[in-house]
Order: sequence, then structure tokens, then C-alpha cells
Amino acid sequence: MPERVELSVNGRALSVPWGTTVAAAVALAGETRFRRSVHGDARGPLCGMGICFECRLTINDEPHARSCLILCADGMEVRTDE
Amino acid sequence: MNSARLSFDLVVVGAGPGGLAAASVAAERGGSVALLDNSPWLGGQIWRGEQARPAVPRARQWIERFLASGARAVMQASVFASPDRGVLLAETPAGRLTVRFKQLILATGARELFLPFPGWTLPGVVGPGGLEAMVKAGWPVAGRRVVVAGSGPLLVAVADGLRRYGARIPLIAEQAPQVRLARFATGLWRYPEKLSQAVAMKARLLGIPYRAGIWPRRAEGRERVERVVLTDGKRSWTVECDLLACGWNLVPNTELPRLLGCALAGGFVRVDEFQRSSVAGVFCVGELTAIAGGDAALVQGQIAGLSAAGAAGAARELFAERWRWHRFGAALTRAFALRPELRALAGRETVVCRCEDVSREAVERCRDAREAKLHSRCGMGPCQGRICGAATQFLFGWESDSIRPPVFPVRVESLLTASEHSKPVSNLSDPTP
Amino acid sequence: MSAAPDIVIVGAGIVGAACARECARAGLRVLVLDRGPIGGGTTAAGMGHIVVMDDSPAQFALTACSRRLWQELAPELPAAVEYDPCGTLWVAADEQEMAEVHRKAAFYRERGVRVEVLEGDDVAAAEPALRPGMAGGLRVVDDAVVYPPAAAQHLLESQENTRRIEVRPGVTVAAVNEDGGVTLADGTRVRAGLAVNAAGPWSPLLAPGLPVRKRKGHLVITDRHPGFVHHQIVELGYLKSAHAVTADSVAFNIQPRKTGQMLIGSSRQFGAEGTEINSDILDRMLRRAFEYLPGLGRLSAIRAWAGHRAATPDKLPLIGPSLVSDRIWLATGHEGLGITTSLVTGRLLADHVLGRAPAIPVEPYLPARLGKGATLHA
Ligand SMILES: Cc1cc2nc3c(=O)[nH]c(=O)nc-3n(C[C@H](O)[C@H](O)[C@H](O)COP(=O)(O)OP(=O)(O)OC[C@H]3O[C@@H](n4cnc5c(N)ncnc54)[C@H](O)[C@@H]3O)c2cc1C
Ligand SMILES: Cc1cc2nc3c(=O)[nH]c(=O)nc-3n(C[C@H](O)[C@H](O)[C@H](O)COP(=O)(O)OP(=O)(O)OC[C@H]3O[C@@H](n4cnc5c(N)ncnc54)[C@H](O)[C@@H]3O)c2cc1C
Ligand code: FES
Repeated sequence: MPERVELSVNGRALSVPWGTTVAAAVALAGETRFRRSVHGDARGPLCGMGICFECRLTINDEPHARSCLILCADGMEVRTDE
Repeated sequence: MNSARLSFDLVVVGAGPGGLAAASVAAERGGSVALLDNSPWLGGQIWRGEQARPAVPRARQWIERFLASGARAVMQASVFASPDRGVLLAETPAGRLTVRFKQLILATGARELFLPFPGWTLPGVVGPGGLEAMVKAGWPVAGRRVVVAGSGPLLVAVADGLRRYGARIPLIAEQAPQVRLARFATGLWRYPEKLSQAVAMKARLLGIPYRAGIWPRRAEGRERVERVVLTDGKRSWTVECDLLACGWNLVPNTELPRLLGCALAGGFVRVDEFQRSSVAGVFCVGELTAIAGGDAALVQGQIAGLSAAGAAGAARELFAERWRWHRFGAALTRAFALRPELRALAGRETVVCRCEDVSREAVERCRDAREAKLHSRCGMGPCQGRICGAATQFLFGWESDSIRPPVFPVRVESLLTASEHSKPVSNLSDPTP
Repeated sequence: MSAAPDIVIVGAGIVGAACARECARAGLRVLVLDRGPIGGGTTAAGMGHIVVMDDSPAQFALTACSRRLWQELAPELPAAVEYDPCGTLWVAADEQEMAEVHRKAAFYRERGVRVEVLEGDDVAAAEPALRPGMAGGLRVVDDAVVYPPAAAQHLLESQENTRRIEVRPGVTVAAVNEDGGVTLADGTRVRAGLAVNAAGPWSPLLAPGLPVRKRKGHLVITDRHPGFVHHQIVELGYLKSAHAVTADSVAFNIQPRKTGQMLIGSSRQFGAEGTEINSDILDRMLRRAFEYLPGLGRLSAIRAWAGHRAATPDKLPLIGPSLVSDRIWLATGHEGLGITTSLVTGRLLADHVLGRAPAIPVEPYLPARLGKGATLHA
């Protein structure tokens, strides 16, 4: 298993230890806003365990991914605030 | 789409203490056993991260026992439907999985209860258990100020854990009144393991202010939480913070058992002494059946696993220990019962349904959960009422709406069931909807 | 409501709501009873497509008139009704279906319904998510989409009507009486001049012998994927199969919601009384949809459910006096078009009660057309 994983968050390259979730990577990248609510308010993770859907973001162009459940993988392109 | 099929004598859903114990003891007695979980790691909520970095000896023992038992772990598999008796569908990163079983043990655990208060939707307001889980998966908290609030024994455990990752904890605010907690603590002599845990923690926690009878009134900040206004019911004051970890005890994840038709009683799955639910061949253990902690789940899991493997006698030997933990759970529930003031935290404009941004005012116009769903969109979103349903249950006493597949959102293609022996589409329908 | 109402309506679905609105506008006092909330029956389980149809002249007359009423109503509808004049796109997969497009186009144009014939490239441009190589399509410009439960609520509770309409949710009716009143489940009798059975697929329970059967339909709703499709898209492929009224069947039908969600249909089954999901039917329904929209499978599905259409033998609703008593009206049997045809149903009822000339000729919809057996035992 590789020690570190390389991905990008909103276009910025990021290197994280293997086993880091996408949610944690986004926080490491300094972002607090994961998504916009139906009325446009900023939202971020609440439950940390796949229940609340507040941590949704876009991974490799696929929207609505629950970032707290997904491990970072090499080459992943993550976009927040959509 | 990728689609795979597996078949086992026994399938266990949920890899926390209950599921690990159930799968281990059953597999040790022979027969094919699979353990499914939606997270990447064994351990469930309490033992999350133990597989990678062991810290709790008992967690390591059980994980090792499971790995040696011959049971198969299927991780990152979200079970979302049961199209037929004896069949589960799960979604994995690699595609859709069809799992057949002769018997099933559900150990899907609990989630935290979140109650609406002004500002609870700000980024940085998180569940204590959730935050701990995220921190174990790399979320940075070193040097951050984390106010821990809400209710339950989890608060202290989480604060302790966060501190070990370098967080600063200005305060633990427990809503339960001091007198009730004191009564609970004096009863702990019956459970020496808990007593030593509590004491050890207290020692390490020296320096973390812990206050009972305190709760958050609102969180404030621009686009993320910057401070929390706390109250003791008489006066209010402000504490600056980078994160507010706030949760109010636990809610069982009964969606899957309800989808399978298991009868509930008082919000929990009704089980008999062998942990059998009302549906033949389906057992339920852990928080699904009572909020009594990981120790209870371990015992219940073993009882279910042994029963499923036909070892009723061995299962029976564990009944007394289970009874002890159930009593502990009951004492816990009494001690941390939620105060009625919490029902008034959410103002008229406070969002109750976070998926659809529905305010308390809009929800309150309706008579029950179903009407609220149809006419205010409360519960229509991807969480399907998991967060707002528990909140409206506490706020208004509403029972949650019916369960439909998928119990978790999945790709539309995952809903296909007949991929391997698909018939061509024949007779087409009217064009009208 | 102090005195006895002029009209008591059983069912606060879209049909009962439309009947109540039209009667209230005509100055009558209306009591609406439902065992559940407003719009919680079939009205909460369907698609909400407001569509002109041409299966038969009578069906065309009904849907065209009712769609016009929806267009007139549109400006007063609150945002919650999600009225969206997105139009219908009938897609033709091959030349045979394209011939049907031209036939339909001619039929609609002759009757003043706005349509556009699209060639293959135009279809691809209008709906890029469709599989390449479609022969063409027919855009019916003024068709629309609504959220039916909110529409029912608006019909019952809009300002002008609240004075004359009383809605009692959570009240179960045990019998509809020949004297124009009803008996509640708790034994209470409610008096009125006229009773309307608008109980949808449950209407035969209050009128034994009524030839209305439950026809089950499945739907799947996705999370928000705005712009995936832009019209309600429906296939013309059903032409090639035997037009079985009895066998289980599926057809491709997708609806973009104003929320950005996609609502996917549809299926038809007789003899399936429960509302549980039938995974085999769901499978066939989705496979059919994937044939038209290859990218649909990647969208996130959040809920699947099933409901029952109230089906009649000749595929037309029952609107008019029952055969048992002219103080009992039937407003049921709207099958898969009750959202569309609710408004005209209400109008025809009010026309009758007030002795006005009917908006359209009523004969094709009168219960009496199905003969004596139909409502004899009500
Ligand atoms: C246009 C449209 C869009 C929608 N969008 C969404 C969406 O985005 N998200 C979403 O989650 N849902 C959506 N829905 C679906 C809706 O939430 C329900 O799933 C739908 O109304 C069908 O109900 P059900 O069968 O799932 O509930 P049911 O299983 O029918 O249960 C509904 C309730 O009715 C009660 N009930 C059932 N039968 C009876 C009876 N005979 N007498 C009395 N009470 C009874 C049950 O106890 C239960 O509480 C949408 C619906 C429509 C029409
Ligand atoms: C899958 C599906 C898709 C559809 N798509 C469309 C579409 O796109 N466009 C369209 O125009 N139509 C569509 N339809 C059809 C449409 O939904 C129905 O025709 C319409 O909702 C019927 O409305 P209703 O008021 O007659 O019945 P309902 O909405 O079922 O109302 C009947 C009411 O009566 C109440 N009731 C019944 N018995 C009693 C009793 N004894 N006492 C008290 N109350 C009682 C029920 O609770 C219910 O609320 C669809 C239907 C289905 C199933
Ligand atoms: S934080 Fe709740 S689902 Fe990810």
C-alpha cells in the first residue's frame, strides 16, 4: 500500500496519508464549505458517518458523493461548493 | 455496471462490536459467514480506526478473533434493499453486490441525535462521535478550539480522544442536571469496568472544564461556526470556538430492519431472548434493540451468532451478562434524558430539514410526519428523514414516515435486480404516465 | 360550517380538490373529507404531467380542455406547486415511430394544439442525454408539470375559496348514502344535498360493483441533477407491441422536476393490490429508460415507490350521477391522467349542479355509459 495519496481539491494539488477520507482532505485543504444548501447556505459535514448527506461534493465529475465515507485515491479530482 | 453475487449461510450487517462478535462466534462454529459494512474499516463507530492503529485492547482482541474466525469481511458495502426473501443488495465502489443469506443478523448500530437550534447548520457544527470518526480519518484538529456539547457519556470520551489529537477543549457542556449525573455515578459500582474507565478518563481530562446543566442556545459565525452561545437556563454567555461538537444521545438505525418488516417497540426492534426479530431468520443486536453501549452489543452479538449457529445452550449462558448491561443502559437513559427546554431552541425560521431547507414554521403547520413530507418537503431529501425525522420525533412526537428502497441513495443502475438473467423487454405500456 | 353543506366530497385528492374549488366558486358550500392528509393518496404517488392525449376523441377533448384550465390557473399557483411549462417531447426511435409523430402532429395542429416536429439532430440538440440516433420527435409545447399534492392544497385553500370549503383530514367515510349524505366510520351521519365519490382507486369500496380496478405504477426519484433532461420525455415505442390492457407493461417516461430532480416512470400492473416495490417490474422499467438515456444509471436515486391508478374498462373516467341515486356523483376512474383531467372534472360537476351548459359534451364520461352492472350495487 502506498504511504501517501495525491489528489486535487478545487484544482489545488494535495498530498495526504493513505487512509484519509475525502472529507478530511477537504478540511486539510482549508475548505469549510462542502456544498450549498437548497437555499444557497454553506454546509459542511455533520454526522461523519454517512447518514446526513451534508458532506456531499463532486468527485471526478460525479455529484452527491458522501465525502466522509470515501477514501482518497490517487488522481481524484474533488470539487466543493456546488 | 459491475455486478457480483455472493451466497452465505449467515450474513451480518454492521461491523461494530455487535456485528464482529456475532460473525466471529458463528463462523467459529462452521458454516459460511459474511460481515458487511459501509465503512472502509472494521470496528463500527466506537472502534473505528482500531484496525489501523489499535489502542483499545478489547477491540484488538475482537478484530483479531474475527479475522481468524473464517468469516469474510465485505467492506464499503452499503446495503440498500432486499428485493426478495433471503436477498440483500449492496452498493460498493466496485459496483452492485447481490448477497444471499439463509440467516441474517442486523447490527446497524445508532447515529447521533441532532436537534435544531439557531446556527446548527453552519459548517463546523458537527456531531461529537462524527467528529471523532473524521479525526481518525485525517480531519485536522491540532490547535483548534472544540466546544463539546449536548448529552451522553460519549461527550467525555470524544473530548478525551480529540485532545489526544491535539485539540483544545474549552468546555464540555452536558445538558443533564448535575444531580442526575451524580446519582448515575454512584450507581456505577455495579459496573467496575465502567468505573475505572470513567476514573481514568477523569484523570486524563484534568484541566478540561466539564459542566452539567448547560446547553447551546445558538451557534454564530459567517459561513462557519466562530462562537457558541451557551446557557444554563438563566443566563447566557459566549464561548469562541473553531468547531462545535454537539449531539444529543443516540438514535437506532432501524431503516434496514423496518424495510425487512421487523416489528418495533418503543422505537427499537423487538427481539426475543435469542435476539430474534419478528421476521423468521432475522436477528437484531446492539443499539437496534436498546441503547446500552458496546459491552451490551458484544454480548447480544454473541448470543445472536451462537443462536444462528444452533448453539442455543452456549447462548443461554450469556443471558445474565446481557441483563446486567441492559440495566446499565436503562440507568444511562434515565441519567441523560433530554430536558424539555431543548424543544424550544429552534426558532420559527430555524431550518429543521437540512436536505431541503425547511423551517420549523413550515413543518409545524402540518399534523404528522407524512403531511410534513408531502406539504413542506421535510424529509424528502437524500437523508430520507434520518436527521429531521429524529428531530421532529423529539420536537413534536411524530412517528417517522414509511421506509422505501433504496434505504440509502444509490446509483439508479444499482436498482436493477435481474441483470444476470435478464429477459428482453417485451410488452410495452401505454404512453401515458 | 354550521348548516349542512350543499356538497360533501369524499377524497381530498386532486380530483376531490378540483371539484370542491369549482363548486365553491359557483357559490356552494362544500365539505371535503379524507382519511389522510390533503393529496396523500394517488395524488402523492403519481407524476404530475399535464399532458394532452389523443387515444380517443373523448380523451382528447377532456385533456385538451383541462390543460387549458391549468394554463389559466398557472398565474395564481404558488411556488410550492412547481408549475413548469416544460412541454412534452415524444421521441421516435425509428421511421415507423416517426410516421406516428407526423400523424399526431397533424391531429394536434388541426385542433389548435401547438406542436413542433423535430428531426433527429434537433432531438439530439434539445435533449443531449438521449442516446444518439433518434429518428425524431414531437414537442407538445404547452404541456406542463406540477407537484400534485401542493396543487390539491392550493385548490382547496386558496384565499377566494377558504370561506366556502371546509376540509376535514383524518376522517374516514364508511358509506355514501342515496340521500346525498355520508356515514362516517364512527357512525356519524353527515347531511348534504349531494355526495361526490372522489375516492380514487378506493372508490369501489364506497360503491360496490363500480368497474374501477387498481392499476399499479412504479416511480423512482433522483437527487438533484439539474439540466439532465429539459422536457418530460415519453417514448412512442409502445406502438410496436400488442397494446395489452391486461398484461404487465413498462414504458420509458422521465420528468424533470423544478427542484432539479428526475422522476422516472412508468409501469402498469393489474392484480397487484399492495404498494410494495416489485423488483422485477422496477428492473424492466429502468432498463427501458436506460435504453433511451444511457447516462441515467449514474444518477443518484433516493426513493422508489408505487401507487395505484383507478382504471376503467374503456380508459375514460367516470364523471356524473351514479346509477343508484342522482344525489350521488362519481368523480373517479381517472387512470393515469387524473392530475391533468382533475380541473375539467370539477368544471363538469359544477356545470351540472348549476344547470349550466357543460364545458364539453359529457356523454363519453357518464357512468351510465358502462351499463347497468356498473353502479347497480352502490
Ligand atoms: C411529484 C412527486 C415528487 C416526489 N418527490 C419526492 C422526493 O423528492 N423525495 C421523496 O422522498 N419522496 C418524493 N415523493 C414521494 C412521496 O414522498 C411518497 O413516497 C409518495 O407519496 C408515495 O408514498 P409511499 O407509498 O412511499 O408511502 P406509503 O408507504 O404509502 O405510506 C404513506 C403513509 O400512508 C399511510 N397509509 C398507507 N395506506 C393507508 C391507508 N389505506 N389508510 C391510511 N393510511 C395509509 C401509511 O401508514 C404511511 O404513513 C414525491 C412524490 C411526487 C408525487
Ligand atoms: C405511477 C403513476 C403515475 C401517474 N402519473 C400521472 C401524470 O403524470 N399525469 C396525470 O395526469 N396523472 C398521473 N397519474 C394519475 C393520477 O395520479 C391520478 O389519476 C390522480 O391522482 C387521481 O386523483 P384522485 O383525487 O382521483 O385520487 P386520490 O389522489 O387517490 O384521492 C382519493 C382520496 O380519497 C381518500 N379516501 C379514499 N377512501 C376514503 C374513505 N373511505 N374515507 C375518506 N377518504 C377516503 C384517499 O385518502 C385519497 O386521499 C399517475 C398515477 C400513477 C399511479
Ligand atoms: S458527514 Fe454526514 S453523510 Fe458525511
